[in-house]
Amino acid sequence: MMQYKGWEGFVPGKWCNDEVDVRDFIQRNYTPYEGDGSFLAPATDATKKLWDIVCDLTKKELANGGVLNADTKIVSTLTSHDAGYLDKDLEKIVGLQTDEPFKRALQPFGGIRMSEGALEMYGYTIDPDVKEIFTKYRKTHNEGVFDAYTPEMRAARSAHILTGLPDAYGRGRIIGDYRRVALYGVDYLIQKKEEDKLAINGDMTPEKVRNREEIADQIKALKALKAMAAIYGCDISKPAETAQQAIQALYFGYLGAVKDQNGAAMSIGRNTTFLDVFIERDLKKGLITEEQAQEFIDHFVMKLRIVKFMRTKEYNELFSGDPTWVTEAIGGMGVDGRTLVTKTAFRILHTLDNLGPAPEPNLTVLWSKRLPVAFKRFCADISIRTSSIQYESDDLMRPEMGDDYAIACCVSCMRVGKDMQFFGARANLAKCLLYAINGGKDELMKDKKTGKPMQVSPEFMPITSNDALDFNDVCAKFDNMMTWLADLYVNTLNLIHYMHDKYSYEALEMSLHDTNVRRFFATGIAGLSCAADSLSAIKYAKVYPVRNEDGIVVDYRIEGDYPKYGNNDDRADEIAVWILKTFMKKVKSHYTYRDSVPTTSILTITSNVVYGKKTGNTPDGRRGGTPLAPGANPMHGRDCNGALASLESVAKLPYEYSRDGISNTFSITPGSLGKED
Amino acid sequence: MVGRIHSFESFGTVDGPGIRFVVFLQGCPLRCQYCHNPDTWKSGGEEHTAEDIVSRALRYKNYFGEKGGVTVTGGEPLLQIDFVIELFTLLKEKGLHTCIDTSGITFRADNHESVEKHKKLLSVTDLVLLDIKHIDDVACKKLTGQSNANTLAFARFLSDHQKPIWIRQVLVPNITDDDESLKRTRAFIDTLSTVEKVEVLPYHTMGVVKYEKLGMEYPLKGVEAPTKERVENAKRILCGERK
Repeated sequence: MMQYKGWEGFVPGKWCNDEVDVRDFIQRNYTPYEGDGSFLAPATDATKKLWDIVCDLTKKELANGGVLNADTKIVSTLTSHDAGYLDKDLEKIVGLQTDEPFKRALQPFGGIRMSEGALEMYGYTIDPDVKEIFTKYRKTHNEGVFDAYTPEMRAARSAHILTGLPDAYGRGRIIGDYRRVALYGVDYLIQKKEEDKLAINGDMTPEKVRNREEIADQIKALKALKAMAAIYGCDISKPAETAQQAIQALYFGYLGAVKDQNGAAMSIGRNTTFLDVFIERDLKKGLITEEQAQEFIDHFVMKLRIVKFMRTKEYNELFSGDPTWVTEAIGGMGVDGRTLVTKTAFRILHTLDNLGPAPEPNLTVLWSKRLPVAFKRFCADISIRTSSIQYESDDLMRPEMGDDYAIACCVSCMRVGKDMQFFGARANLAKCLLYAINGGKDELMKDKKTGKPMQVSPEFMPITSNDALDFNDVCAKFDNMMTWLADLYVNTLNLIHYMHDKYSYEALEMSLHDTNVRRFFATGIAGLSCAADSLSAIKYAKVYPVRNEDGIVVDYRIEGDYPKYGNNDDRADEIAVWILKTFMKKVKSHYTYRDSVPTTSILTITSNVVYGKKTGNTPDGRRGGTPLAPGANPMHGRDCNGALASLESVAKLPYEYSRDGISNTFSITPGSLGKED
Repeated sequence: MVGRIHSFESFGTVDGPGIRFVVFLQGCPLRCQYCHNPDTWKSGGEEHTAEDIVSRALRYKNYFGEKGGVTVTGGEPLLQIDFVIELFTLLKEKGLHTCIDTSGITFRADNHESVEKHKKLLSVTDLVLLDIKHIDDVACKKLTGQSNANTLAFARFLSDHQKPIWIRQVLVPNITDDDESLKRTRAFIDTLSTVEKVEVLPYHTMGVVKYEKLGMEYPLKGVEAPTKERVENAKRILCGERK
């Protein structure tokens, strides 16, 4: 006899033996599906009506300048708002961030200035009491960071050699294991956390005190989650007994997270294989039909589509839109060789048909050569029609991460419920190269007091000769400058994350992690291809510095041609590899906050445009202010040996040095993929 | 031996089966009015050894799968037939699929040396994409500056030597798309025994920019791409089932 009614009919195992182990539950209970999508059901009338309401609100929001409504008074917590609905009678999966759809929540714990500024931009005024509380009585993450920043950190920040730092907003990127809410019920999870807390004993070092306090916060958050569900008339204290309850409980877990945090990326995890077990159980029992199963998934996805945060226009400019990065990882292969594709993988992708294409949730197929052919075809067909699926290599990530990882944001993988990360934005290495040439003086910014070029790093020896730049000399100087930058970068992040934990701790998301969590320290690189091409130009062509009246090199005259990254030419590609490895080794040499594992990513997808604006002329001939290439892409128009050569250059970047992900933005017209369907 | 190369394409998907590494050779004796690569006409180009090209192609071997391989096109690649033979010999040693995209214009059926050389070429070639510019000799001369006799003879030669052929017909409104010409082309194709496929390539105007860059007059000014109906019509005639 199972301990809970919700577990009846499931194959028992470690997962229900006084443990929290969702993967074990999935492995023992899921049904791989190798068939095609012919079983899928269309949208129900209720789904269509609800989606019409969403479309109507979207139009109104757009007409209203991007925000339809915003809370100016009630600070968002799990239980701050009454229940909200699109249409209560039609919704199979309920729950909104506030008491009305499209009403954005007030989330000032990351920074009151960001909240105030965002509201002002859209014509709202923050409630004076809230402002007073969060300036006088309750410190925010943002205030904490700026209290502790060193002058050098501030300078690097304003010169944009470090950019997008999560020092004024929620760091995001943490994915709670929302499945736990459905599988175990909140009471069980609270009990486990109580046990973990009891186990932390002995000498009360600051570390132990913090751990005990954090677990206490997690327990409070779990209790609040139960209360939040109760506002919607739902009891999530026990394991879900039906598929609808399971989806609802899982969504409540996620909803709690987005009520608590306005994070840069609020991804949802890897849920289809898990949910499929519940759906299969109900289908077998004859409790639901395929139409109903699809309806639950459609309504769930609809809710994910309308997750919204109150953000400033600059923030949206940085990310070219209003993204929430509700990434859901789908499919992939199990380490035992069975596919993790289930019928629910089809069902969630089918929402792109039932509700139409959409960028959110960010449906991400974990691609493997060994995925079932019918599923591959199904994905390809939907991709062709909707361009709304993201693909990532399961074959690359699985060896390192196992078969129960998910994707935060766009490419950052973590084992669900077992890993978290400290998101760290990017260091601009193209600009770092310019600093190497100018001895750490910024090529664009002036010191406000003296009117002279701003010295951002300590005064390194600049290049003083006006001869063609010497490759070895520039490399040595660049190496030194990267040493400085990595040091400053890591320590800036150490400080930021200390403050985020202190003033905007993600208690709910962390309550859905193992207490003994692995932490990643996720740094990032921008401008890689620009830096690589610049060094290649210096090495293989002649590059002469052009100076302004202050003696700063502000432009470069290039004689001759040089190999460019993106053509599968080792001469250039090896420079890119060298830059990545050198920078990452320097990052790794430092203390990283809470013994986190340092990683890096090369994945600016849109922010490369903004970073480029803040970077002067570069030795590769790129004009100042023009965009850097996105992610690990070659510079625009410089790859001239076709797509594979370009991709092969990118593929030379060693993944073990860029464990947080490498992105390459690539578009192709259908015609250039061949002539046959 | 070195070849004179115009450029490389690492992700060729339209010149032969599967994903292909495409080598564009420099130089062409034809002056097809619709040519979209006029920059490959003149001699010149960058010199590369056959070994160098093989090592470049091998980098993409993982992408070739069962069908893909290397395609040599141009220009007219057979202007450098000795080089192509050397290149293909090396590629076959590496087990790669070889394909040549040619007009067959350099073939001389009455010249022993030419025939032997082309035989040698076929021994290391898996597939020939043969461009029939125009089935009518007068029209062909007007369109390309050369007779189609060598092309048709080469087609016969390929068929006689059991070499798989894909026939390619560029469809240009009012030049190659009339039913009569298409039917004559079809009749000729039906006399060949090794045609695996007939491809209709609709004329496009993407080459215009290149002419402008080269400071050349565009010969087909004002000619639009064929309509979908005309393309379907051509496919019906050229590729449809035999009656």
